[in-house]
Amino acid sequence: MIKTNVVARTGNEAMAEAMRQINPDVVAAYPITPATEIVQIFASYVADGLVDTEFVPVESEHSAMSACIGASAAGGRTMTGTSSQGLALMAEMLYIASGLRLPIVLADVNRALSSPINIHCDHSDTMMVRDAGWIQIFSENAQEAYDNMIQAMRIAETAALPAIITTDGFIISHGMERVEIFDDKDVKDFVGPKKLGRYLLNMEKPITLGALDLQDYYFEHRRQLAQAMIDSKTIILDVAKSFKEKFGRSYGLFESYKLDDADRAIVVMGSTAGTAKVVVDGLRAKGIKAGLLKPRVFRPFPKEEIAGALKNVKAVAVMDRSDTISGNEGPLALEIKAALFDSDIKKEIPDYIFGLGGREIRLEDIESVYKDLGEMINGKGKAKVTYLGVRE
Amino acid sequence: MANIKELSKQKELFTGGHRACAGCGAAIVARQVLAAAGPDTVVVSATGCLEVVSTIFPYTAWNVPFLHSAFENAAATISGVEALYKSWVRQGKYKKKLNFIAFGGDGGTYDIGLQSLSGAMERGHNILYVCYNNEAYMNTGVQRSGATPKGADTTTAPVGKVKKGKEQFRKNLTEIMVAHGIPYVSQSIVGNWRDLTSKVEKALSIEGPKFINVFQPCRLGWSYKPELTCEIGRLAVETCAWPLYEVVNGQYKITYKPKEKKAVSEWLNMQGRFRHLAKPENKPIVDDIQAHIDKFWSDLLKKEAAS
Repeated sequence: MIKTNVVARTGNEAMAEAMRQINPDVVAAYPITPATEIVQIFASYVADGLVDTEFVPVESEHSAMSACIGASAAGGRTMTGTSSQGLALMAEMLYIASGLRLPIVLADVNRALSSPINIHCDHSDTMMVRDAGWIQIFSENAQEAYDNMIQAMRIAETAALPAIITTDGFIISHGMERVEIFDDKDVKDFVGPKKLGRYLLNMEKPITLGALDLQDYYFEHRRQLAQAMIDSKTIILDVAKSFKEKFGRSYGLFESYKLDDADRAIVVMGSTAGTAKVVVDGLRAKGIKAGLLKPRVFRPFPKEEIAGALKNVKAVAVMDRSDTISGNEGPLALEIKAALFDSDIKKEIPDYIFGLGGREIRLEDIESVYKDLGEMINGKGKAKVTYLGVRE
Repeated sequence: MANIKELSKQKELFTGGHRACAGCGAAIVARQVLAAAGPDTVVVSATGCLEVVSTIFPYTAWNVPFLHSAFENAAATISGVEALYKSWVRQGKYKKKLNFIAFGGDGGTYDIGLQSLSGAMERGHNILYVCYNNEAYMNTGVQRSGATPKGADTTTAPVGKVKKGKEQFRKNLTEIMVAHGIPYVSQSIVGNWRDLTSKVEKALSIEGPKFINVFQPCRLGWSYKPELTCEIGRLAVETCAWPLYEVVNGQYKITYKPKEKKAVSEWLNMQGRFRHLAKPENKPIVDDIQAHIDKFWSDLLKKEAAS
């Protein structure tokens, strides 16, 4: 039986703890609110000699990801953490990390993007880089953030793809919660040693990485990257299965909450899913068949699986904690709609853009969405984009 | 250090068959730097001519490990490679001694890559950064950079009816590197293999961050016949347009002093980019360039004397 230590941890502390247990060869990072603590705590582990890691305190997030690319290409297990503008500044290098097929793991604490400048939670930063070729896994709470970090290292290295694990800024990153931490040895065994394929420091076999790829090869390499993302779905599920066997907690591509017999459901990611579960329980107590679908894995997007799970629900709403500023829906709604369309499921799906810049999302707000869905079931109301909780 | 005969017998670490222009100085820099560094070397390159001409997939001119990631971050990228090496050595996972060399053009070094370079130098990585300085963005078609000299004709500071090419003097990156207090900074040249290879050898014998600014004539951007690359390089030294010197732990040493300092006009006249300066009405610009060179040279002599 696996031993767990029940402790009180913030999301940032839980992520830093996972990084200590993973013990990467290199961490290169730059401070940014609300992710600073992750690397700050990690730097103290380095200072105390608790890890073997070479910590590179770079002068920008662009250099953080550049140094991670150098370290990972050289053959090392490599991690970093950032948020918001930091992730935006890294964007160029995120594409290069995935193009070079480097399994870097990045802890991203979701925060709004400027302008106006704001340090609080929404998902704009992660969504901005949703096509960067990184696996993206969202967490509902500190426990999930910890568990996801541990799984991510194995997923990334098996898939030869980089991975972003997110938490919600301040809500998870700074909220103190009950977290079960595993023993160092168990985490070490689970993650396993890094397998070296081709790597730069192999002087017996010098390789050239980052070559100029023209009309004759670029397309094939991008196709291979796309295939790696498609194939990573199985890897994510396999790793979740091993995690369940070893540590006992179940993870999938998404979580269904009271969805089996639901006539109305909300799709929402991150910490808001936790709030929505409370609303679902309240509605269920009143005899309303409410359910919830919480995508955990946003990249690769599990479209067939999600479509299958939503098939029998009469009315579905998406709640997007970011916007595409496009005259179209938010990014999650676009994905969900495409998924249902491809599965020949015709539903009107309202989208609720909410919580931008850390705007509080209250139980009543989520209840109002279920109420709207109830009206749609009764043939009233039409699907549209609603900005929920904004003054206008 | 190795003589030219010994160097010529070594295995080529930067091979022929790459796509550089005839007379390209950047390829000469790569070949001579690697000849001096030897095979136990890991190379990172910024985006630019050198990377583009040497790594067209599925071919490579590099017989040592080579990594390119982007334009502005060669110093940060090699920081990561070197950090991993340090981590592995500390963990007992790696034994071999390696050199870490980053190449960047002047655009990738003086301009877009300056922050990344400064950060890497300040952090003290055990790396050698070699700037192959051809004084403009040559890969994209001769645009002015912070390294472009006053009076030069480039495509973004062109000579026109009212403008006479670049209006500003170049940024002094070598001195910016000296100001970082790193153990080794020098200027070298294409056209003097002994100077370049001995500076590379010396730099690599020193622990910590090192920087060499190699002045690299570009036959395309500077507009001269391809066979003149080395000659133009040497004349830059004879005119003191590009003095050869090194700063080791803050101590200045001029590594070559011309017996008779030639007029800069002799050097300018060899290059199409300065063609317009031959017109009598542009003489004040030439005088200004000469005065700037004279001032830098006399300052350099003073710094050497004070060292």
